[in-house]
Amino acid sequence: MTEPATEFPPPKILTLSPAHKPILITQGAEGRLYKTPSPFQPDQFCALKYRPPKPYRHPILDARLTKARISSEAKVLDRCYREGVPVPAVLAKDAAAGWMMIEWIEGEPVRVGINKWLGERPEDDAVVDHSQEDETPLIDLMKRIGVAVGALHRTGVVHGDLTTSNMMLRPWADDRLPNGHGDKAEKAKAVAGDVVVIDFGLAMQSQSDEDRAVDLYVLERAFASTHPRAERLFHHILDSYRGAFKKAPGVLHKLEDVRMRGRKRSMLG
Amino acid sequence: MSQPHSPPPPPAQPQPPNMTDLLKKPRRIALGCEGSANKLGIGIILHENDTSTVLSNIRHTFVSPPGTGFLPKDTAAHHRSFFVRIALQALRVANITIPDIDCICYTRGPGMGAPLTSVAIAARTLSLLWNKPLVGVNHCVGHIEMGRAITGASHPVVLYVSGGNTQVIAYAEQRYRIFGEALDIAVGNCLDRFARTLEISNDPAPGYNIEQLAKQGGRILLDLPYAVKGMDCSFSGILTRADELAAHMKSGGKGPDGEAFTPADLCFSLQETIFAMLVEITERAMAHVGSSQVLIVGGVGCNERLQEMMGAMAAERGGSVYATDERFCIDNGIMIAHAGLLAYETGFQTPIEESTCTQRFRTDEVLVKWRK
Repeated sequence: MTEPATEFPPPKILTLSPAHKPILITQGAEGRLYKTPSPFQPDQFCALKYRPPKPYRHPILDARLTKARISSEAKVLDRCYREGVPVPAVLAKDAAAGWMMIEWIEGEPVRVGINKWLGERPEDDAVVDHSQEDETPLIDLMKRIGVAVGALHRTGVVHGDLTTSNMMLRPWADDRLPNGHGDKAEKAKAVAGDVVVIDFGLAMQSQSDEDRAVDLYVLERAFASTHPRAERLFHHILDSYRGAFKKAPGVLHKLEDVRMRGRKRSMLG
Repeated sequence: MSQPHSPPPPPAQPQPPNMTDLLKKPRRIALGCEGSANKLGIGIILHENDTSTVLSNIRHTFVSPPGTGFLPKDTAAHHRSFFVRIALQALRVANITIPDIDCICYTRGPGMGAPLTSVAIAARTLSLLWNKPLVGVNHCVGHIEMGRAITGASHPVVLYVSGGNTQVIAYAEQRYRIFGEALDIAVGNCLDRFARTLEISNDPAPGYNIEQLAKQGGRILLDLPYAVKGMDCSFSGILTRADELAAHMKSGGKGPDGEAFTPADLCFSLQETIFAMLVEITERAMAHVGSSQVLIVGGVGCNERLQEMMGAMAAERGGSVYATDERFCIDNGIMIAHAGLLAYETGFQTPIEESTCTQRFRTDEVLVKWRK
């Protein structure tokens, strides 16, 4: 993700209360994410996802797309939230104005947690003897990821962009945190927390094994490129996915096909 | 192949010089032959130290009547009957002699089978006749390298849009990697076929005539599907809907505002919709790889409305758009000569017994040894 080249004006909704300055969290191709005090509970934060108008697009087309995308993302989030999938709740939206306000999820992305666990180790995986190490906390996190994705798919939603950056680790209360001190406990704390799936900008409602398998394939590829040293543990995600979702066997069978062909399409002329 | 003005036979040459000898040469020259679709192009390029100079770039296009596309058989016949004429013209304009040429480059693919074969045979003939090594070139890599050479864009995200291809590409670790692509028909194919529906002239190109017609539209934006999936997109459903709207118009139907609409309104709406999709997937790729340069190549890349929209997007990201004109955007021989010579300078050549061509040849199959 690149830093914005210029300072963007925030959406109008965030300029109504001059006391609070919204913080721009990310600026992607799609839109921007702000952190701002909740208008409903001023002692809490919320996230505001804003899709600004695109200057290159015909204004009628731009308005149509922005409205449809905010509506559909909010609808998918609502559906997941209702069914108990761990996602941020939708608090308010104005699809025509291009924004929705959602629950602020505390904590760090799963990517950061896993990288903290892996720490600064030699790049060459072969020289590290994993048998000496208790990897239970990391494996437990992998299992929680599989359960979250299983719950998502059970709801009839495919995410479209599953990566460890699009999952948050919402911290547990202190009494659930691993005990002890020292390096080992610190490492375990890095991968503690509930997995919350975020950024449904490319999500759609689908029940097909193919779409679900592609969702898993995207996660597998992203995982391998982001955490090559933990790639050998990826199967734990699929194992717990199988346990969490009744239709998983069909999806995992399809995943074999998707792996074989990749995203590749043979090019004609 | 008849050769009424065949050049004098060259003196017997040693087979390809070894690479250290080649790179010591101050001037390296390649002749490139392109014929993967309806354009036959022959170009001659000179590499001198780090500079590339176009010595000649000759093209002849097979134009089919309005309402029809170009068929492989007729296109191949066109290429066969024009090859010698175009090759001689390229040599004449470049003002070089045959011993000056280091290698013969030709398009291995992707493209239409019959036209590719015709030009590959002609390139092989030149190679044997003049005793020069052959270099098979990926057509898409040819577009990218020529675009980089002409515009000076160093590390751009590339949008390659033509009648046969729609890809968003970025370079990483010796490959041009495809980040997004059309899932069904190419964007140029969508435009070409819609031009057939409206029976617009194919001369000089259907896309060019759609662009001119679209400039008269703009009163209304007709509703067409918008099909972007992540970094990929799809055009066949849009074409179907545009064809339906054209049929509706021809039968005297009214637009959503109760007024009649025109072919210009249709062309305008089609361009606005499909170009917005292309700019969107390009922007997503730019955000992904963290680049602010975008290079547009391929025949559709000539379209000034597409360049304008891409420019607005790039400007917002603090970057700029690089585009070329029809000499280099539309299929040409010089890009094959340039990309082929870049590969040849790294030691690559295609032995005559392996000098095949193929309709399917992905951009990311090529090992790009000449870039870091």
